[in-house]
Amino acid sequence: MSIEEFKDRNVGVSNYYQVDIEDYPTQPWDKFKRVVKRTFRLELFVGLWVVMREMIKFDIHTVSYPAEKLPIGPRYRAIHKLLRLWESGYERCIGCGLCEKICISNCIRMETKIDEKSRKEVTEYSINLGRCIFCGYCAEVCPELAIVHGGRYENASDQRAHFVIKDDMLTPMDELLTKQQQEFPGFGAVIPGSDKSVKKTPLAY
Amino acid sequence: MDAYLIETVIKIVVILLLFSALAGFGTYFERKVLAFMQRRLGPMNVGPYGVLQIAADGIKLFTKEDLIPQGVVPAIFKIAPVITVATAFMAAAAIPFMPEFTAFGYTVKPIIADINVGILYVIGVMGVGLYGPLLGGMASANKFALISTARAAAVFISYEVVTGLSLLAPLMMVGSLSLIDINNFQAGGFTHWMIWSQPIAFVLFLIAAFAETGRTPFHLIANDHELIDGFGTEYSGMRWGLFFIGEYANMFFISWVIALVFLGGFGDGSVLGALALFLKVSFFFFFFLWTRAAWPDVRPDQLMMLCWKILMPIAVVNIVITGIVMMF
Repeated sequence: MSIEEFKDRNVGVSNYYQVDIEDYPTQPWDKFKRVVKRTFRLELFVGLWVVMREMIKFDIHTVSYPAEKLPIGPRYRAIHKLLRLWESGYERCIGCGLCEKICISNCIRMETKIDEKSRKEVTEYSINLGRCIFCGYCAEVCPELAIVHGGRYENASDQRAHFVIKDDMLTPMDELLTKQQQEFPGFGAVIPGSDKSVKKTPLAY
Repeated sequence: MDAYLIETVIKIVVILLLFSALAGFGTYFERKVLAFMQRRLGPMNVGPYGVLQIAADGIKLFTKEDLIPQGVVPAIFKIAPVITVATAFMAAAAIPFMPEFTAFGYTVKPIIADINVGILYVIGVMGVGLYGPLLGGMASANKFALISTARAAAVFISYEVVTGLSLLAPLMMVGSLSLIDINNFQAGGFTHWMIWSQPIAFVLFLIAAFAETGRTPFHLIANDHELIDGFGTEYSGMRWGLFFIGEYANMFFISWVIALVFLGGFGDGSVLGALALFLKVSFFFFFFLWTRAAWPDVRPDQLMMLCWKILMPIAVVNIVITGIVMMF
């Protein structure tokens, strides 16, 4: 099946057909005939053959999970990440508070102050993952692409607080220096080729 | 007399240990085969390819707390798994597991007691094994266990009649109930196998064997997806494990009976014949697992209808035809 057939949302008539089901027998003689037919058609052996064929083909679909993992999509919404600016290494977060405002489960909390360079600095940033429903609104609303959703889904711990700390979500400096920080292609990310669609603001009038 | 006693005790111990271990290995084998048929891997983590899974399961079962819940009838509740496993192993007493062989100048008969009612004894004692689920379920003070017990009774009265009647026709031809005599009757080789002269009896007995061991097309008594674990719901630890060993030992022994009665057994008693017997038994054990991957379960009323209305008349007709053919 090709991808076009999956993308075709017009499910009207093309791919569907009526399954041919025989009428249910009502007369005893017809019932008897059906029993005889079913008995000697050896349908049971069809089932046996199918499972035997699968065993011989040995086409195992198991993913032995902790050892091997399935790739997850770029738009997957797992534990949040706070990104840094590529050139300077500063935090991208400008402390605008939009994510705190939009969060529908009220799990984002941030404290800001103006630092000595007159730049707004985020002193505290925490996400209560016990409450977070991973809706992705914070990543979508962020104007700086600072808070994004990462792919870290193995968040088992004996303490929920282990995952809500800013230091834990923020890209470490050494990772940034070795260019390991990955740009986020999901919610709110810049669409590839969007530079071309930027137009000059018409200020002529 | 002393030598005979010692020999018998040794044989009993060997069979008990061997088949307890085989029952454990059977669970591993079943999990692997079912997994492969469903494109899974099965147990993989304990030991290479998960072969030590049996040890892990064994340790778990042995060290688990032996719970006797409130409201049960303690004496019956405790004895029920023992009945299942004991009758399963008692049934093995009349089964010749191999042909006679000589080791260190001493002729060993790998059968504990070659009694003249062999097959009758095997089937009868296996039938008694159903008292395990019956009593265990009723003593459990659990509704699912009670339903399972009711099913056990219904299944029991259905398949036993087919077992007996389907075996009657081959036994008429052999003229003996001893499994060794039945085997020797087919010693002439492939063409002398009972399956060629009694194909209908073979199919009927196979169906009855599935009901007897409670394997998948008739997996009604302890049907996991309907009745939790049926009679085993309230059991824990090794008592539940005994039910399990009993079930798997039963599967092995009934495979032996099918191979001996219908597929020529060990033939003329050569090494090749013994190997062939093991192959046949392995095939039937595999068949029990194979059907579990492929076939759906039937309802209890369907099983009763099948046994009483279809299989029993066919078995009776088979006996009559066999009798007429033998008379002339």
